[in-house]
Amino acid sequence: MWTEFRKEHAWQIKEFFFTLKLLRRNPSAVAGFVIIVLMVLMALSASFLSPYDPIRISLKDRLSPPALTHLFGTDELGRDILSRIMYGSRISLRIGVLVILIAGGMGSVIGAISGYLGQKIDNLIMRVMDVILSFPPLVLAMALAAALGPSLNNAILAVAFVMIPKFARMVRGEALAVKEKQFITAARASGAKSLWIVLHHILPNCFSSVIILATLILGETILIAASLSFIGLGAQPPTPEWGAMVSVGRKFLMDQWWYATFPGLFILITVIGFNIFGDALRDILDPRIRR
Amino acid sequence: MAEPLLAVRDLSIQFFTYQGVVQALENVNLTIQSGEIMGLVGETGCGKSVMARSVLRLIPDPPGKITGGEILFKGEDILKAHWRRLREIRGNRISMVFQEPMSSLNPVFTVGNQMEEVIILHQEVNRSRAQEICIQMLQQVKMPDPERVLGKYPHELSGGMRQRVMIAMELSCRPDLLIADEPTTALDVTVQGQVLTILDDLVRRIGVSVLFISHDLGVIAQLCDRVSVMYAGKIVETASVRNLFAAPYHPYTQGLLQAIPSVDKDRDSLMVIPGVVPRLINPPGGCRFHPRCTKRFDPCDHIVPKLFEVAPDHEVACHLYGEARG
Repeated sequence: MWTEFRKEHAWQIKEFFFTLKLLRRNPSAVAGFVIIVLMVLMALSASFLSPYDPIRISLKDRLSPPALTHLFGTDELGRDILSRIMYGSRISLRIGVLVILIAGGMGSVIGAISGYLGQKIDNLIMRVMDVILSFPPLVLAMALAAALGPSLNNAILAVAFVMIPKFARMVRGEALAVKEKQFITAARASGAKSLWIVLHHILPNCFSSVIILATLILGETILIAASLSFIGLGAQPPTPEWGAMVSVGRKFLMDQWWYATFPGLFILITVIGFNIFGDALRDILDPRIRR
Repeated sequence: MAEPLLAVRDLSIQFFTYQGVVQALENVNLTIQSGEIMGLVGETGCGKSVMARSVLRLIPDPPGKITGGEILFKGEDILKAHWRRLREIRGNRISMVFQEPMSSLNPVFTVGNQMEEVIILHQEVNRSRAQEICIQMLQQVKMPDPERVLGKYPHELSGGMRQRVMIAMELSCRPDLLIADEPTTALDVTVQGQVLTILDDLVRRIGVSVLFISHDLGVIAQLCDRVSVMYAGKIVETASVRNLFAAPYHPYTQGLLQAIPSVDKDRDSLMVIPGVVPRLINPPGGCRFHPRCTKRFDPCDHIVPKLFEVAPDHEVACHLYGEARG
């Protein structure tokens, strides 16, 4: 069974291992991948690896500097910052994944419809996307989050909305190329509906670019979400969100440097990790610069 | 004579481009009887594919526009059909095989997946029954090991296999008419022969009518019952294959037949028709062939010749034979 599978799909298996080999050779891909894996592991194991309860208040330990008992120190309520960072990674990842799912899904469908139908509908959709893009993403997300009311879920919706045009524009471009292919005409000649052609023939052929864009955007997403929390429009206390921690910690930055520094450092590392991995992935999967 | 399966009457199609209006087809007439294999032959760019696509209304609009005429399929005008009705016809009553087997299948799905979709779209069957039909069809196009082919992706098949998959797929709903737009052009000669034999065999057995488009007169002679010769967006001659090859009337057809290299005659150089196919933005007036024609005379450059019957089952549009002035 396994040997047969290996024989049947020899070509795909070869390509897959070749891609892995290229990834391994690319130092920034490896670095990014390691960061992402560590992030995910940290999020998964937060509940049994974190030394303290992230929201338990212990006023006698407040604002103690990094030491063996509290590696990253404690905040103004005596909560362990390391534990809060570990739990915070769950929230950041959740934001990232949800935003990518919502924005990637909606943006891809919108872009594919726009590119396939063309003409007036394309023009209409793309001008709407241009309007969204003309605002700085953070400012627009802020306005939306403020209008929806401050909460983590609203922040996710706001960031997703801002990210939709990025996917829509890219998928539209791909769709314009895919729709000229013969199999689209062939599908129309066999009586397929437009919606079916968009979902079944156009979208799957744009999928590889969507994945690459998703990895590239994940970092930015986490950053914007952290920014929203920083100004109080995202996660609400006592949720251990990195941006929110930096926000509160900045009041103590002069005397208790560790409070804002460590969460900020983790935002930085995570964003860099996703960005360099996305960059490397794009380079490696591009057949023109491959090999 | 019974009502023809497909009757194209005075069809004109124009493309509106930045350089001007391209008159891709002008007053084209074509009929296909049930069970008949009709050939359509002509040089590159003379409007064969436009013709083929217009039957299923696949001309992109804009820039293309059907400016006149009608396409009657079993008496029903396809050009006036509601899009819902059109979808019922496409792939079910009339289906189409394209020129490039390389890009006619979606690269991200298996062959079986794509074949089953067409069947499920038009017939009320479940997936396992659709799969049986697929296997049957693949056997009929002489595909070795059809069960395994169903699980393969298009890139794993050769060009000939892919084209056979396309033929199997397009015939799976037992259409009344199959439009084959140069189905063997992209294949090499031996594979071309195989695919043609399979196609011939299968359509005669199922009783499908075919509109077979090609620029290869040899292929047409092998496969078709009747043939129309197209030049610069117009049909210049229509006849049974036997008549056309035995006694071509139109100077263009005569030129085409003389341009076929022959193995048994000793010839130093090939006969060619002087000049090139005119651009269709500003086609020559009168007979569109007159600038290249060796037999042109007075009326050719200003009177458009009409198709008329010069011999039984043989129509030609040329002033040489008198009545064309109409």
